[in-house]
Amino acid sequence: MTEANAQQGSPASRETAPLTPVLTRRWLSPESWTLSTYEQLEGYTALRTALRADPDQLVELVKSAGLRGRGGAGFPAGVKWGFMPKEPSKPHYLVINADEGEPGTCKDVPLMMADPHSLIEGCIIASYAMRANHCMIYVRGEALHCVRRLHHAVREAYDAGYLGTNVLGSGFDLDIVVHAGAGAYICGEETALLDSLEGKRGQPRLKPPFPAQAGLYSCPTTVNNVETIASVPYIVNGGSDWFRAMGREKSPGPKIYSISGHVENPGQYEAPLGTTLRELLELAGGMKDGIPLKFWTPGGSSTPLFTADHLDVPLDFEGATEAGSMLGTTALMIFNETVSVPWAVMKWTQFYEHESCGKCTPCREGCFWLAQVLERMVDGRGTEEDIDTLLDVCDNILGRSFCALGDGAVSPITSGIKYFREEFLALCDRNEGARGTQDERDDKAGEHGRSQAGDPALAGAAR
Amino acid sequence: MTVAPEADTRPVPEGHVRLTIDGVEVDAPEGELLIRTAERMGIVIPRFCDHPLLDPAGACRQCLVEVEVNGRAMPKPQASCTMTVSSGMVVKTQRTSQVADKAQQGVMELLLINHPLDCPVCDKGGECPLQNQALKHGRSDSRFRDSKRTFAKPVSISSQILLDRERCVLCQRCTRFSKQIAGDPFIELLERGALQQIGIAEQQPFQSYFSGNTIQICPVGALTSADYRFRSRPFDLVSTPGVCEHCSSGCAQRTDWRRGRVMRRLAGEDPEVNEEWNCDKGRFAFHYATATDRFTRPMVRDAATGQLRDSSWTEALRIAADGLMAARDSRGAGVLPGGRLTVEDAYAYSKFARMALGTNDIDHRARAHSTEELDFLASTVVGTGPGDGAVTYADLESAPTVLCAAFEPEEESPIVFLRLRKAARKGHTKVFHLGQWDSPGVEKTVDIVGSGSPIHSGGLLPCPPGGEAEMLQELPAEVDEALCRAGSILVLGERAARVPGLYSAAVRVAERTGARIAWIPRRAGERGAVEAGTLPTLLPGGRPVADAAARADLEQTWGLERGALPVAPGRDVDGILAAAASGELSGLLVGGVDPNDLPDPGLAEQALRSAEFVVSLELRPSAATEHADVVLPIAPTVEKSGTFLNWEGRAREFGSTIERTGAVPDCRVLDTLAVEMDVDLFTQTPAAVSGEIGRLGSYSGRRPQAPRVAAPSPPRPGPGQALLATWRQLLDNGSLQDGEPHLAGTARPPVARLSAGTAGRLGLAEHQPVTVSGPAGALTLASEITEMPDGVVWLPGNSGPSRVNRELGVGHGALVELAAAEAPSTSAGPSTGDNPARPDNPAGAATQLGSSTGPGGGRTDDSRTDGGEG
Repeated sequence: MTEANAQQGSPASRETAPLTPVLTRRWLSPESWTLSTYEQLEGYTALRTALRADPDQLVELVKSAGLRGRGGAGFPAGVKWGFMPKEPSKPHYLVINADEGEPGTCKDVPLMMADPHSLIEGCIIASYAMRANHCMIYVRGEALHCVRRLHHAVREAYDAGYLGTNVLGSGFDLDIVVHAGAGAYICGEETALLDSLEGKRGQPRLKPPFPAQAGLYSCPTTVNNVETIASVPYIVNGGSDWFRAMGREKSPGPKIYSISGHVENPGQYEAPLGTTLRELLELAGGMKDGIPLKFWTPGGSSTPLFTADHLDVPLDFEGATEAGSMLGTTALMIFNETVSVPWAVMKWTQFYEHESCGKCTPCREGCFWLAQVLERMVDGRGTEEDIDTLLDVCDNILGRSFCALGDGAVSPITSGIKYFREEFLALCDRNEGARGTQDERDDKAGEHGRSQAGDPALAGAAR
Repeated sequence: MTVAPEADTRPVPEGHVRLTIDGVEVDAPEGELLIRTAERMGIVIPRFCDHPLLDPAGACRQCLVEVEVNGRAMPKPQASCTMTVSSGMVVKTQRTSQVADKAQQGVMELLLINHPLDCPVCDKGGECPLQNQALKHGRSDSRFRDSKRTFAKPVSISSQILLDRERCVLCQRCTRFSKQIAGDPFIELLERGALQQIGIAEQQPFQSYFSGNTIQICPVGALTSADYRFRSRPFDLVSTPGVCEHCSSGCAQRTDWRRGRVMRRLAGEDPEVNEEWNCDKGRFAFHYATATDRFTRPMVRDAATGQLRDSSWTEALRIAADGLMAARDSRGAGVLPGGRLTVEDAYAYSKFARMALGTNDIDHRARAHSTEELDFLASTVVGTGPGDGAVTYADLESAPTVLCAAFEPEEESPIVFLRLRKAARKGHTKVFHLGQWDSPGVEKTVDIVGSGSPIHSGGLLPCPPGGEAEMLQELPAEVDEALCRAGSILVLGERAARVPGLYSAAVRVAERTGARIAWIPRRAGERGAVEAGTLPTLLPGGRPVADAAARADLEQTWGLERGALPVAPGRDVDGILAAAASGELSGLLVGGVDPNDLPDPGLAEQALRSAEFVVSLELRPSAATEHADVVLPIAPTVEKSGTFLNWEGRAREFGSTIERTGAVPDCRVLDTLAVEMDVDLFTQTPAAVSGEIGRLGSYSGRRPQAPRVAAPSPPRPGPGQALLATWRQLLDNGSLQDGEPHLAGTARPPVARLSAGTAGRLGLAEHQPVTVSGPAGALTLASEITEMPDGVVWLPGNSGPSRVNRELGVGHGALVELAAAEAPSTSAGPSTGDNPARPDNPAGAATQLGSSTGPGGGRTDDSRTDGGEG
């Protein structure tokens, strides 16, 4: 059942030009998640090569391949690895961020479902490169099926001698622990993830110290995304030139684009970085029922919205940023003209309100406030002044919060108003009683938190 | 806009960086936080979560400023409470940056959207950082038009503290204090987002000895004191600086009062001593001074009825003087001042004993004591202080190794505990404890689990009670080596007097390793009393009684004839009591002494009964009252001025807080009493005494020899026997804690601790009550299996029914009998005084009955309540 989900929409068999099935190559093979299938399809060959190399050579290889973090920020993985101390005085840890929680993002769970050994092989190589003997895979707790599959795969790898003491006779020891999160979006933030992994409340840590200095249990730690690490065996086998042949100069390699929403064939499409939505839509069979595109997210709800004007923006780290958004997790949520932007923005904001960890004031209080204003507007009880308030509160959150959650939370609002202000204004127009209630409210200001404008009866009458 | 002055051309001092804040160049030590540097320049950046003694959190985001590093402006405003200074940095605060100002106003508006704005009924209103900073850095109105999040309130998180979650701004000061400073992480953040809140675990209240500090550092009115809640407004209060009278830590404190009544006490600031903290006893235990049974008038025993009756000062002093003179001229009178006096009051006792009573029979040590201790105090302690090499708090903090022997820091000197924990937390101090079990205080100075990596250093060196001296002489090599590192410190507590040979062994270890010794007594007046000479072998200023030159020196200053001072060393407390009981002494002058604090309460009562004439200087009724011929009321600390010497030997002067109550300090009472005896003490006021002490100076002759007492091996417990380990808990039956039920609610419940092996041999199930018997009787407490040496039982010294001196008649290190108790324990509540006596031990039953009657009820106490001390 779950396999079917993982395979659904997998483009491996398609003939369309831009596809570069690398990470998704095995997904449609029978029982692709088993060790035997994996081994038949070049599995664990990169590991043997890697174990013969010097750890620092591997770091250099990943650096020269230009592999950038696939978790959203796009930090060069090789550079990150290079921050780890060369001579271990404390244990080193590799932590895999598999807490895939960004709305719209669904690439890591299918990868771990369909091809868990590629992640494990990547973990072993990366751990070897960073002189880590412990690796933790922190999996989103809701993805229980995925946790089970990983447990199974890790057990298989232990039994086959890929894990444990003296991996493949190399003298290198590695233990992998699969850890299930407890359902908090914030734990996708790497330092909150580390706290959670330590058994503490998942809230982001103050940096510095950065994880490479003092991460898990205050030991040098690298946190990498699933897709990043799963790419490593292919780079070891294919070399950096092969990897760089795909994608663009500064954003090389293939990328799994998760396409969801109003398209004919939603699913995972692995294509070189820099592919445009126009190309991807073609792969996905176009807009569902031919209803035109209205807006979309390039990389999950935390990346500012794009519109139909952005169909030809190259979706790599630079391209998305230049066009005013971010590549994020390449979770493309596609919305057609039937969808109200304020409504979608409200739903996202409710998500952030629910998931804000509470540590810092701007995100905690701001999301609480924004959600209420948006709910009121969608309910037809908004005023034009609310739009200004929304934008100003967003300005007071963006760059003021402790971690990037707050920044992400305001993205849909600011971009939504930027491109679709008239839709927000139209909601205010429905609130014909706004003027009258506004005056009334001013009279009552300070008397009570809930304004007269908030009375549904009045709002209804206005309609 | 500040105009930048000409660039400073002076070289940047070593270890400093030069940066610019609001256009002004400033040098700051490397690693300093921006908010601190700005503050030193007089630029106040608003903040909530920031606290100089807590690790930075960066949670509230109120202190955002614009920062430029290496000529490049950082894209986002930065939290100045988490960013450290760097060379060439350019910082713009809200004073020069619109971005910073807007960011701060934005955060303030957000903080207030869910705040109830109930300032008019909030305890914090008027002294509230949120209120003050909102007025200064916030918008004049809010744009929030929707519904606030609400919580049920207030929630009681301990008997002392109430939590209002709506007011909370989630700065985490309280949780960080509890986790980092106190090591009691019993409050934590719960839930997330706007529902995030402070909370406690179910069934586990915020039982910390330091919890009151969270009320003080809470920047809003979220944490309030059960005792103080709704009692007054800050702007109606007068704040008077003072010094805590409870223990020898010597905390600076602030007493807030109005119309002659103390409303609350807060920790004062003294970076050298208590930093900004105090313990809950110091904060909350002040109601004893206004107890309804406080003496306001002198009383004399009516010859006809045998009862005390109110009298005039004139009559009472006349009778007291006549009685004491008669006793002096008969077989003599002894003086028991108690350990809670100010230096000035103790000095008056000391002088009174020598001049008015002509005796050296004076001893303030109302607790277990020994001749060895006396020799130790004379040789090692007296005449030292922070100025001349004595151990200080700062030394504890920077010591590579601290070894605590017969000392339970958290229970006996909480601020020393905090400093030891701070030292251990920094990671460069190893704290070892010579004791019996891994008490909370031991654990929290050895295992530090904080924000960073867990630290484990030092440890418990378990030994049988009474075996501390032996253990000290045979320290594990690791500890011995650690002690040899320069700056190491050996701490001894008051319990050391129960362990023969421990002082001697400590002196030898100090000589061998170079470690310095700190003597940390429990009571606030003990250290000062040593200087004042309320000891049988020491005169004021450390002058040995045995030294003729020292006596002559004193005689000259006191205007006495040559040879007027008594020559023979006096009796110690035990000696005075025994002599009074047997009729060898005729009179007793008693200060703040409770018989239950003495090793043999029965002997004390017999002494009070047998003495022909007893004068009691007291604040409230005590055991001495029952037998006193004259009771003279004295002033509590809050109504007098004076000086405590804390354990460091540091003078902690304080003025009178509540004035014109008519209450007079001990020194004044003694002065007047002496005048009635035709002796002039010149101790009318603490200031006069202080002046005389200054003129007198300290002893410059040869110090007496340090004690050389051999350490006997502790006895081996036979079947059904155990060695008794005991010390007092911070919150217990002490009479200075009377009248504060909220504080009593956070006391640790009295339990008897023994090892699994010991319990197994007794056939004792977990938590099954155990009966401990000594020569004076027995007591029964719920048992708790604890990792400790076999054949040892630990009891709290004076908690609930566990009044060890009274019920058992023995102390730390003695052999006691153990038996499993059949009946379910009734010992749970500290207020109950009646224990099931063992049916087969009628003597025990009798003792219990006896002890639970009488005016003291179940409350024994440390000290008298008293006087001078309180």
